[in-house]
Amino acid sequence: MVMKYFMFIIFGLSLFACNNIKKSEKKVVEEAVVEINKNIAIRDIELEVFDFNGLEKLLNQKDGKVYVINFWATWCAPCVKELPYFEKLNTEYKGKNVEVILVSLDFPHVYDSKLKPFIRDKKIASKVVALDDADMNTWIPKVDETWSGSIPATVIYKNDERRFFEKSFTYEALEAEIKPFLK
Amino acid sequence: MKTIKLFPIAVLMILFSAFAVVGNGYKIGDTVTDFKLKNIDGKMVSLSDYKEAKGFIITFTCNTCPFAVAYEDRIIALDKKYAPKGYPVIAIMPNNPDIKTGDSYQAMQKRAASKGFSFPYLMDEKQEVFPQFGATKTPHMFVLQKTSKGNVVKYIGAIDDNYKDSSAVNTKYVENAVDALLNGKAVEQTETKAIGCGIKV
Repeated sequence: MVMKYFMFIIFGLSLFACNNIKKSEKKVVEEAVVEINKNIAIRDIELEVFDFNGLEKLLNQKDGKVYVINFWATWCAPCVKELPYFEKLNTEYKGKNVEVILVSLDFPHVYDSKLKPFIRDKKIASKVVALDDADMNTWIPKVDETWSGSIPATVIYKNDERRFFEKSFTYEALEAEIKPFLK
Repeated sequence: MKTIKLFPIAVLMILFSAFAVVGNGYKIGDTVTDFKLKNIDGKMVSLSDYKEAKGFIITFTCNTCPFAVAYEDRIIALDKKYAPKGYPVIAIMPNNPDIKTGDSYQAMQKRAASKGFSFPYLMDEKQEVFPQFGATKTPHMFVLQKTSKGNVVKYIGAIDDNYKDSSAVNTKYVENAVDALLNGKAVEQTETKAIGCGIKV
């Protein structure tokens, strides 16, 4: 009787141990896969990097579409806070000829370590480009004469009609600014 | 007939004058109201404390903004070069530390010690000074010249034209402004623009 009981405990313990090993092995494998995915994903995230001459084309597309150009950076908390509203706008107004373009002002040395992981982890669906142009005094007034240089800042334009905002948006406020362009 | 023709011009003029009022803060040529702000050593600092100064290089800066950090060494260099010539640097931290804990008074003390700031690093505790200046971001520079009518704004904007690489700078805006003032000349480029971190209120 005692022997039987003892065997049962041994059996139980071994099962438990086995299970544990399997679990931890599985975990290790899973983590490795995630790690690989992460690395592949970063490499796969294409990021167009422009100087201002390159970006200027995106600010002047006269094809009847409404473009919402948002200047932001991963280090800018109010920018990160309002990004979901721009994402939502891009999704909800896609059929209405509206396109959101997110222009990152992150420093080039953080493209791989911060910007791309941010795009991946937050699953940003809008087009993201990076502006790398150190001569800010030359290009800031070309975006808008009134821009002091703080972000977030947003340009909404359609052909030659254009508005500039140096402020944060709520979704409702953003939608309200889009509507006149759709008329 | 003449009055009718003049009417649109009058409207335009009213509009323009209205626009001029819209922008807040000091403009080039304005006289600055003195302030009294707490330095990281606990002492209060005012412009009037600097009896010998010919002017000031005021920078609104902080610990947490990547652009401000990128310019720290250049701000230290400005003070080294121009404080002996009568234009000391005065740094003011405008952010609300409740929102940006990395800009707390203790964090400011630490940062100043580790970087060896040779100039005051003041906290705009009531957040009343930066709106007077019209500072909107960090870093945001103001060069003042001491005159008989007070401290007059002579330059507003960026430090230079390359935030990324101090060795690739073509134009040193602040240095050019201070050099001109030291030589009794007018500042050529009185205003420049740069990206910075919005001030946290």
